[in-house]
Amino acid sequence: MIDRAQIGKTWGPWIVDVEKGRLRLLAKAIGETRPVYVDEAAAHAAGYRSILAPLTFAYCLLADDPGGHGYLGELGIPTERILHGEMQLKRFDSICAGDRIRVTRVLSDVIVKKGGALEFAVFDSDVTNCDGNRPVARIRNLLAVRHAP
Amino acid sequence: MTTVQIGDPIPSLTLPPLSRATLALYAGGSGDHVPLHIDAAFAKGAGYPDVFMHGMLGCAYVVRALTAWVSEDAVHDLQVRFVAITYPEEVLTATGVVSETAVDGVPNRCRVDLELRNSAGERKLAGFAILDLPT
Repeated sequence: MIDRAQIGKTWGPWIVDVEKGRLRLLAKAIGETRPVYVDEAAAHAAGYRSILAPLTFAYCLLADDPGGHGYLGELGIPTERILHGEMQLKRFDSICAGDRIRVTRVLSDVIVKKGGALEFAVFDSDVTNCDGNRPVARIRNLLAVRHAP
Repeated sequence: MTTVQIGDPIPSLTLPPLSRATLALYAGGSGDHVPLHIDAAFAKGAGYPDVFMHGMLGCAYVVRALTAWVSEDAVHDLQVRFVAITYPEEVLTATGVVSETAVDGVPNRCRVDLELRNSAGERKLAGFAILDLPT
């Protein structure tokens, strides 16, 4: 069981420099071939600063926590027992290659289901463009933790 | 202004059979290195028959369908629930349908319900997006 006393624990902020190569790799991975997502000239022509990040990229920046999955270990959650439950993303702005982004994470709640066989750890993250401190996204992430019956 | 009505579908997107190579690429591009998705021995040790798809890759697929229909700059809100696990070789189709118009009283704001299902019709992901149509 996740210790409820951990609710309110925070991680970060961490800073991510968004690289063209990573965005091209992500586009390849998700099968996104439209030029604004892979070609800088096309992105400029469409009015973007550089190659555009897919909408779900804001979520990917949560994985850039320099501690990796360490935050799960700090909460006593074994990696092999997690499943992604839900994801909610409020989008305020685009992310483009060259952006410097700041990311935070807080454990907002722990929800017990099925008599304790399943728990949801609720994390909230703010994703902010360091240029002008502009909010990019607010993400709520629910990780399901399967406990032995 | 583009007008839509409740029940209007967005163009669907059918993906190639899910490959392990795609999972490896997604692990690299997304930064999600959880071994359940890329290391079959680890996945089996955790009680799964094989590696399985990152939930957020499924989310990326429904967003591809959505943003082929409307620019991602139009999207305010995206919420998804991961309903079932997807294994290699499954064939997924992302669909969307307009479920609400004039959201919050804003004439061009609509809600699109999103789904991802395999070729047997099993639902993998359910969610919605709130977006503003071009005026």
